[in-house]
Parts: sequence; structure tokens; C-alpha cells
Amino acid sequence: MNPISRRKVLTAALAATAGAAGFAAAARLAQKYGLIPPDHRGPYGAGEALTYACQRVLTAHRPLHEFPRSMISKQPFMNEIGKLPDSFKASQALNFSDWHLTVDGLVDHPLSLSVADLRALATRNQITEVACEEGWSYIAEWIGTPLSLVLREAGLRPEARFLVYYSIQPGWWDSLDLAEALYPGTLISWGMNDGDLPVGFGGPLRMRVPRQLGYKSIKFLSRITVTDSMKHFGKGLGSASPEVGYAWYAGI
Amino acid sequence: MQPLHNTASSLAKLSLPPQLRCYPHRVPVAIQVTKSVTVRHSLLVRVAHWLTFLAFIALLVTGIEILISHPRFYWGEVGNVNTQPLFTFHIPSSRDTVPTGYGYVLPDQNGWSRYLHFQAAWLLVLTGAVYLAYLVFSGHLRKHLFPTREQRSIRACTTRISQYLRRNKLADELHTYNVLQRSAYLVVIFVLFPLIIWTGLAMSPAVTTAFPFVSSLLGGRQTARTLHLFITIALVLFLIVHVSMVARSGFRARMRAMITGKAHPAETNLTSREIL
Repeated sequence: MNPISRRKVLTAALAATAGAAGFAAAARLAQKYGLIPPDHRGPYGAGEALTYACQRVLTAHRPLHEFPRSMISKQPFMNEIGKLPDSFKASQALNFSDWHLTVDGLVDHPLSLSVADLRALATRNQITEVACEEGWSYIAEWIGTPLSLVLREAGLRPEARFLVYYSIQPGWWDSLDLAEALYPGTLISWGMNDGDLPVGFGGPLRMRVPRQLGYKSIKFLSRITVTDSMKHFGKGLGSASPEVGYAWYAGI
Repeated sequence: MQPLHNTASSLAKLSLPPQLRCYPHRVPVAIQVTKSVTVRHSLLVRVAHWLTFLAFIALLVTGIEILISHPRFYWGEVGNVNTQPLFTFHIPSSRDTVPTGYGYVLPDQNGWSRYLHFQAAWLLVLTGAVYLAYLVFSGHLRKHLFPTREQRSIRACTTRISQYLRRNKLADELHTYNVLQRSAYLVVIFVLFPLIIWTGLAMSPAVTTAFPFVSSLLGGRQTARTLHLFITIALVLFLIVHVSMVARSGFRARMRAMITGKAHPAETNLTSREIL
């Protein structure tokens, strides 16, 4: 073996220092531009942070891709839903006329909107694909109110960073970064394929996040909270998904 | 070539090639031995090889785990239990929404499997990028992977196949690859790995929303998923052949070459054809 030369030691030390400095600078920049996901700690955080940062940089401002009407699935798959609370059944008996979506947190005007209020605010439709993390998918027309317009109505405060949203089903909540929340394709959906949104697909209200896997599109939406940090929500990982092992960012 | 500091004890362990055995013991044998120790794989190739191996195994295991949650495969853009599958694996599933015919559901391990799958994919892509740059700029690609002028013919391929079948000894292949090895490596590096990455990206809703051609050029999300499986099978077949050839040509010597970089011809089974 060659003895380790002084030049080799110096080169290695310089390379290591440059590498560490570069990594620290990259991490600071990523933090500054909101490119670090809340579940970036732990053994898989590196891969998750890389995916999130790259996709945010490359895809955040691209327009929504829609499918032709002829590609709408004849028999969309209705995934199983958990047990619904009694209050849901009471509301269902009233045809959801008493259903309210509250918007609070870092907003100038907290809101409480009925389904009719949302319909009156704005109506958009989009033909997009629901892709489940398991591998299956279907295409449907989703009708609803853009989340961005609801947030404009509420008035986001400058320190707002994340939007936390809750299902009426206990323990089911998630969050979006502002890039996804303000994306024109993200809908609060109340209609599907020219009719009301069926309960099996999340009616009366479902958050429809077309750029992420199906599990981000949570059903029976009842509350939205705007926040500057995910630290105090659940275990601070961004949503209920990482707490059971699934990634917060599901753009893959 | 690096000189070896041989001691009497380490010399005793070496089984010297016949032409060296007649030298008196006190002759500086180290010099003679040095000549026959060759550097087979550069440090970069060895590190890239094992990182790729690690990433591939992680991707394979987690990929199988993800497959189990929906062991049905489709063709086109969409597919679910309400649509006709192209084919189905008749295995139990980790989800009770899939009709498998089995009366039980396997435990759900998709969470960590997915995290690890994408982390390992990053390791594979980044290692692959560095390796590709090395291949091109070091001349390794031109010298050892592109078939040489004499190798570029159907006849060269068929000749080599028949030599394999007759188990011929080919000493001139000790220091480079034959046409079949070169073709196999080129297909893996420039066809299968790029395709497995492409079909993987074609399943990402963020990527296909932003760049629809990533999925539509392949024929849709479900086609991409099915092709992802087929390419995985092709890569596993390559792995099986690769490891079998390594085993046949002297497993310990070849592993030593890929770990330490050095291989001693005296330790090499000279009937082998899987060297370098």
C-alpha cells in the first residue's frame, strides 16, 4: 500500500469541507424557499426532501392537465370508507343543508360556508385522474369551488405557510403547502360527473388535490385552518399520514 | 500498478503461478507477484456497483411489497377492480378491497415501503448519474463496453454463444469483456435503467400533471405501471445471469475484484469467461 500522502490528506479535507459547506448552503436555501417537507426527519427524510424540493421547483407552476370527456371512467372505483359519526347521518338526513365548512387560523376573515355558499362563490370543473398509492386509478369530472378563491375570500395573512384540513371522521386530517393550496386545480369538490358528489366519493365536500395521490383528497371536509408552522398539529409531521408511515407529500 | 509489500507469511498464502514456482525463495518474489496483480475495477466503479446493488435490492423488496397491495395489472390510462385486468397475480393482497379469492388480508407495509422505494430510487439515480459521467469521460465506455470493431457482427455473437455452450477456455478475455457481456451491460445501463426510471416517473401525479407526455408517450399510467413490472423482471433476470456467471468464474476472486479492485490471476479460475 502507498503511505497516505500529505497531498491526499489535504485534498480530502478540502473536499469534505467544501461538501459540508455546500450541503449547509443548500439546506438553508431550501428552508428559505419552503422546499423542506414537515416529515423530513427520520431515516427516509433525505429521499422525501429531495423529491419534494425537486417537484416543487419543476412542477409547481405548470398548468393542470385534463383528460377528454370520453376518458371518464364508466365505473369509478368507490374505495371503502370508515365508520361515519352519527352527526354525519343526521346531516345526511337533511340533505347536508346544515353542513358547514369553517375556515380559520391565519386569515383576516374567518368563514363558515354552507355547500350552497360554496356553489354561489364559484364553480369550476375538471376532468382529472385519481391515482391511489396502491396502484389503481380512475378518471372523473370533479365539480367544485377552487380552494384558492375561498382563501382569497378569507384573506390569507402574510405569515401563512400551510393549510390544515379536517374530515368529519375523527383522526383524518391532512395539510397542503401554499403552492398546492393556491394552485388553480385544487378544488373543494361538491359535484362529480354532472351530479352531486356521492357520499361514497366523499360527499358533501371533498378536498380534491389532483397533483397528489388519492389519500391527500380527503373526504367529508369540514374544517380548514391556516397556519405558519406544522409543529403543533399532531406529531408535527404535516398530517395524519406520516404518523402511520405514509409520506406527507404525495406527488411522488 | 501498486507495489505489494509482501512478507514471507503472505507469500506462503499465495498459490504462485507455475512460472514463478522455480524461483529461489529469497529472490524478491514480490516484484514478480506485483506484475501479475492487476487492478480490475476502479474505485468509482466499485463504489457505484455496490451502491446500485444496495439500491436495487431495496427497490425490489419494497416494490414487491407495494405490488401486493394491488396485484392486478392493466393496460392504458386507468385501471381498478371495476375494470378488466390485463393479468392478475393470484396471491393474497394487503388490502381487503381487492378480490383475491383468499379469505385473509396481509398486513399493510406500504408506508415505509414507499418511503424506502423513493429514497432508494434517489440513490440509484444519483449513483447512476456519476457513473454515467465517469463512463463517458474516462473512456471506459469506449474501451470496455462498446463492442470492438471485430465484435460488431452477428457472427461474433453466435461464435461466442457456441463457445459458451462448449465451455471453451478463452485466455484473451481475462482483461476485457466479450461481445455478449458488453451487449448485456449496455442494455442494462442504457435501456433498462432509463426505462425503469421513466415508467416510475410516469406514475407520479405531480410529474404527469406538469408534463403529461411522460405518461402519454408510454400509453398511460396503468401501462407505465405494467411496463415498470416487466422491466423489473428483465433486471432480475440480468441479476440472476450476472451472479451465475460470477459464481461459475470463481465467486471469491470476482467478489474480491469488485471489493478491493484487485484480482490475482493465480486465484482466478482460468476457465472463466466472466472477468473484469
